[in-house]
Amino acid sequence: MTSTSEAIIPKFDDDDEGGGRKLAIICSKGNLDMAYPGLILGNAALGEGVELHLFFTFWGFDMIIKSRMNDLKFSPSGNTAMHMPIGDVRIPQALAPMPGMQPMATHMLKKQIADLGVPEVPDFLEHIVASGGHLWACRMSADMNHVTMDDLYEGVEGIINASDFIEITEGAQLLFI
Amino acid sequence: MPVTTIEGHEIHVDDEGFMTVYDEWDETLGAALAGAIGVEMSDDAWNAIRFMRKDFKEQDDVTPTLRRVSTAGGFETKKLFELFPKKPAKKMAYIAGLPKPKGCV
Repeated sequence: MTSTSEAIIPKFDDDDEGGGRKLAIICSKGNLDMAYPGLILGNAALGEGVELHLFFTFWGFDMIIKSRMNDLKFSPSGNTAMHMPIGDVRIPQALAPMPGMQPMATHMLKKQIADLGVPEVPDFLEHIVASGGHLWACRMSADMNHVTMDDLYEGVEGIINASDFIEITEGAQLLFI
Repeated sequence: MPVTTIEGHEIHVDDEGFMTVYDEWDETLGAALAGAIGVEMSDDAWNAIRFMRKDFKEQDDVTPTLRRVSTAGGFETKKLFELFPKKPAKKMAYIAGLPKPKGCV
């Protein structure tokens, strides 16, 4: 056991007004399993005082389209890392596209995520917005899908084009998912 | 394990300064810890800290994450960011005399 005369106080390094760290994550996937990495890392960044921008594009639009965001799916098809609930047994790829496999796999994944106390996608987005995170939708994806702001989750701040995104993310660290 | 002194309270801490002995904490010390990291303690802030302490015990010594403070404790996330700016989960854990939260969400 050591004793020190100077008080040991954690350094939160949070007094760097203006010059702080900034993270931008491009969410381009709409499968349930691929929705989470961006949300989890983004949320962690906010908890560390990092400015966060999530940019939804292509298939990632399903995460912010109101009529779809509650119902993302997970498929074992094409995913050789999908195992049976017990042990290291892989689900044979020939069985993966069978009827009933996708709902079962989705149900299992949702349960595993809920068991960890991790929210579903809409609740997670709400938490991120409440924590000060910014959500942006991709202009080209919106036009391709004939989607307007009315169709999008209310936390989305705007539909922006690629140049806007580049401007907003000046000086940011970038992740493409 | 280092021992440090915060405003006359002698406490066991980890290398970063987070307290390691739950029962060494009381509210006077909590106020001193808050002062040490520049957090002003309002009634709302105290309620959140009391929830942290209570939930830690009830969950078998697991520090609640920010998400848990908001869902199980009923504190608004936005409000927590105002009360404990920038790094609410870590600051709350520090003031409440608990280890840093381990959960990802």
